[in-house]
Amino acid sequence: MGGEHPPTSTGLNNTKVAIWAFIGSECFFFASLISTYLIYRGRSPVGPFPHDAWTDPATGHVFKAILNIPVTSVSTFVLLMSSLAMVLAHSAVVRGDRRSSKIWLASTAILGATFLGFQAYEFTSFVHEGLTIHTNLFGSSFFILTGFHGAHVTAGVIWLLTLLFIDIKRGFSPDEAINVDVCALYWHFVDVVWIAIFTLVYLIK
Amino acid sequence: MATTVSLPATPHREPSHRYESGVWSWLATTDHKRIGQLYLYTSLFWFLVGGIEAGIIRTQLYGPNQHLVSAQTYNELFTMHGTTMIFLVVMPLSAAFFNFLIPLQIGARDVAFPRLNAFSYWIFLFGGLFINFSWFLHAAPNGGWFGYAPLTTRPFSPGLNIDFWVLGLQILGISSLAAGFNFITTIINMRAPGMHFMRMPIFSWMAFITQFMIVLAFPIFTVALTFLMLDRFFGTNFYEIQAGADPLLWQHLFWLFGHPEVYILILPAFGLVSEVLPVFSRKPLFGYPVMVYSGILIAFLGFGVWAHHMFAVGMGPIADSFFSITTMLIAIPTGVKIFNWLGTMWGGSLRFTTAMKFAIALVALFTIGGISGVMHSSPPSDLQQTDSYFIVAHFHYVLFGGSLMGLFAGLYFYYPKITGRLMNEKLGSWHFWLTAIGMNLTFFPMHFLGLDGMPRRISSYDAGQGWENNNHLASYGAALIIIGTVFFVYNWFASMRKGAVAGNDPWGGATLEWAIPSPPPDYNFATIPQVTSRYPLWDRKSPQITSEVPHGTRDEQKMEVKIAGQSTGTAPAPADTRLNAPNAHPSAKQLGINMPTPTIRPLLAAFFLGCVFVGLIAHRNLTIMFIAAGLFVLSLYSWLLTPLEPEHH
Repeated sequence: MGGEHPPTSTGLNNTKVAIWAFIGSECFFFASLISTYLIYRGRSPVGPFPHDAWTDPATGHVFKAILNIPVTSVSTFVLLMSSLAMVLAHSAVVRGDRRSSKIWLASTAILGATFLGFQAYEFTSFVHEGLTIHTNLFGSSFFILTGFHGAHVTAGVIWLLTLLFIDIKRGFSPDEAINVDVCALYWHFVDVVWIAIFTLVYLIK
Repeated sequence: MATTVSLPATPHREPSHRYESGVWSWLATTDHKRIGQLYLYTSLFWFLVGGIEAGIIRTQLYGPNQHLVSAQTYNELFTMHGTTMIFLVVMPLSAAFFNFLIPLQIGARDVAFPRLNAFSYWIFLFGGLFINFSWFLHAAPNGGWFGYAPLTTRPFSPGLNIDFWVLGLQILGISSLAAGFNFITTIINMRAPGMHFMRMPIFSWMAFITQFMIVLAFPIFTVALTFLMLDRFFGTNFYEIQAGADPLLWQHLFWLFGHPEVYILILPAFGLVSEVLPVFSRKPLFGYPVMVYSGILIAFLGFGVWAHHMFAVGMGPIADSFFSITTMLIAIPTGVKIFNWLGTMWGGSLRFTTAMKFAIALVALFTIGGISGVMHSSPPSDLQQTDSYFIVAHFHYVLFGGSLMGLFAGLYFYYPKITGRLMNEKLGSWHFWLTAIGMNLTFFPMHFLGLDGMPRRISSYDAGQGWENNNHLASYGAALIIIGTVFFVYNWFASMRKGAVAGNDPWGGATLEWAIPSPPPDYNFATIPQVTSRYPLWDRKSPQITSEVPHGTRDEQKMEVKIAGQSTGTAPAPADTRLNAPNAHPSAKQLGINMPTPTIRPLLAAFFLGCVFVGLIAHRNLTIMFIAAGLFVLSLYSWLLTPLEPEHH
C-alpha cells in the first residue's frame, strides 16, 4: 500500500481518483438493485409483506408485517456513528496522533461489525418468521439488496481491520494518510447507500 | 521535446533476470505495451473462432432446408458468435489499443495501476476460456447474446449452457470494470505537462469517454446477471413470472447496459479513424472540439435510448415516443462526426494506405448502418423490421462496417509502432478489398431478406419464399471475408519477420507516440515531454501543417525511414536486424527510471477468482468455491502489500 506517487496532472492521488470512479460505478450498481426492489413492491401474490400483515389462505396462518423499524433504526444509528469514528480516525492519522488513530480505526470497525450483527439478527428472525429468498418477490429483492449492502460493509470492516493491523504494527505517518482517506471515502459511501435503503425500504410504506 | 536519446557508445549488458524474457516475462508483465499485445493476440484468436462460427452459420443458410448442424447447435452458434464478437473481440481489441496507446499518447510511462492492468487482462483471458469451455461439454450458451429472461431461467433452459453464459459474462465484466477505473485514473492523472484535456489526442478522448460508459453501464449488467445467477443457482424469484416478476425486468436492465455497450463498441473505433484520417490527409482533424463534444453527447444520450430495443413489447405511446425521439437525437452528434471526417479529408493530400482505406470504409459503411438505425428509431417502422434480417444487416453495418473496419485501420496504422516493422501494403490492400466487398456482399442483401420477411435466428428455411438468391450472395460474401482474413493473418506474421523497418514515425504522425522508437522501450519516454499543442510533432517538424492546409506530397509518402540519421528506404531490412535486441535502447536502469517490478500476483489473483466461478458451475461445489475465494483474498493481500516498484536502498 505505497502512499507515494509521482506528481500527477491534477495533484490528486491516483488511488483517490480511482476510488471516486469506483464509487460512481457502485452508484449505478445499487441504483439498479434499489430500482428492482421498488419496481417489485406490492407485486408479490403471496406474503409475508414488509409493512402489512398477511393471512396464508391455505393454512390460515397470520404473518405480521415483517420489518422491525425500531431495531433497524438503532442499527442505522450505529452505522452513522461509525462514519463519525471514521472521520476521527482519518483526522488522527493526519495529525500524526498514533494513539487516537488506533482507537478510532478500531471503533469504526467495531461499529461496522455491530451493524452486521444487527443484520444477521434481522435475517435470522425473518427466516424464522417464514421469509427467505425463495418465498416471494419481496424476499428475493429485500435479501439481495440488503445482503449486497451487508457484503460491502463486511469488505469495509476487513479493510478497516487491515489498516488497524498496519497501524498497530508500524503506524501510519501523516503522509500515508491517503490509505485511510481512501478507505474512509468507501466507508462513507456505503453509509450513504444505507441511508437510501433505510428510507426507501423501511420508512416509506 | 527531448524525447530522442542517443545510443550508448558501448553496449551494456544487464544481468539477466527470469522476468526479462521468455514465458515468464509475459506472465509477470506489468508493462502496458505487453499487456496490450496480450489483449491483441487473444482477441485476434477469438476473432478467428467467432469467424468460424459465422462461417458455419452462413454455410447452413446458403440454401433452403440445409441441415449441416442441428437447430440446437445453430442456437449455440449464433449465441456464441454474438457473445464472442462483442465481448471477446471488439471490446478487448479496443482494450488492446487503450493499453498500448493511452500512455504513449498522453506522455506517460505506464498506466496508473500497472498490476491492476495485468489483472484485468488475466481475468479477461479466464472469462473467455471459461465461456468457450462449454463447447467441450456440448453445452455452449444457446439463449442469444442478449440472454432474455425468463427464457434463460432454469425451467426453460435447464442445462449448463446458460450457466456458462451468465458466469462467463460476470467474469468478463470484472475485467472491463477494473480496466475502466484504471484508464479513467490514467487519463485524468498521468498526462504529460502541458497536455490539457483539449490538447489530448482524439483517440485518448474517445477512450476516456468509453471508460466512463463502461464503469456506469457494466454494474447494471452485473445486477441483471446476478439476479439470473441467483434465480438459476439459488432459487430466487427475480424472473419467475408465477411469483409476480415482471417479464420486462431483464430487458430493461439488459438494454440499459446494452445500448451504452453499442457505443462502448464503436467509440474506440471512431477514435482510431480520427487518428488515421488526419495523418493520411495531412491536415489536422476538422473541428477537434466538436468531435470531443459530440463523443460526450453520444455517451450521454446513449444512456437514454435503451427501450428502442423494446418497441415490440408494447410499452405504450408515451414511452415509445420518448425513446423514439432520443434515438433520433443521437443521430445528430453521430452525423456531426461523419461530416467532420469528411471535412478532415476535404482538400487534404490523401494517401491511400491500407489504414486509410479501412478508415474511409468506416465512414462510408457506418453511415449506412447509422441510417438504417434511424429507420428503426420510428416505432411503426421498427415493428416491421424487428426480429428480421433487416436488423441483422443494420447491426453488422455498424459493428463490422463500423467497429471492425475502424479497428483494422488502427491495426495497420499502429502495427509499425507495436512491432517496429511495416505491414505489407499489397497484401493489406488484398485484405481490405476482399473484406470490404465481402462485407457488403454478406450484409447488404440481408436488408432485402429482412424486408421480405426472413426472421432472425432460424436454423433453416423452406424453399420458394424468394430468399434463396440473397442468401447465396450473403454466403459468398462471408467466403470473401474469410479469404481476406487469411491474407490478414499471413500478412501479420510474415511482416513481423520480413516487413520494412518502420523507424519512429513511418506515417508522419502528429502525436507523441510517433516521437519515440518503435517498438517503444519499456519506459516509453526517456524524458517526459513538455506538450505545447495538439499536434506536437507537426509543430516541430513542419509547422505549416497546423497553420494552413497543406498541398502536395511529402517525402514520407514513399515511406522513407530513417534510423540513426541514415535512410533505410523502403527496402526490407536484413534478416538479422533485431528490433527487440535488449541493447537497442538504454535500459530504464541506465536512465535512472524506476519501473514497476514484474509480478505474477495479478495472474494468481485472477486465476483464483476464476476458480470461484468454476466451483459455482461444478454443481455449486462449495469446497472449491471457499478454497478459491480464500486463495484469492490471500493473493490480493500479497499483491497489495508488495510495493509496486523496487525499494531504494
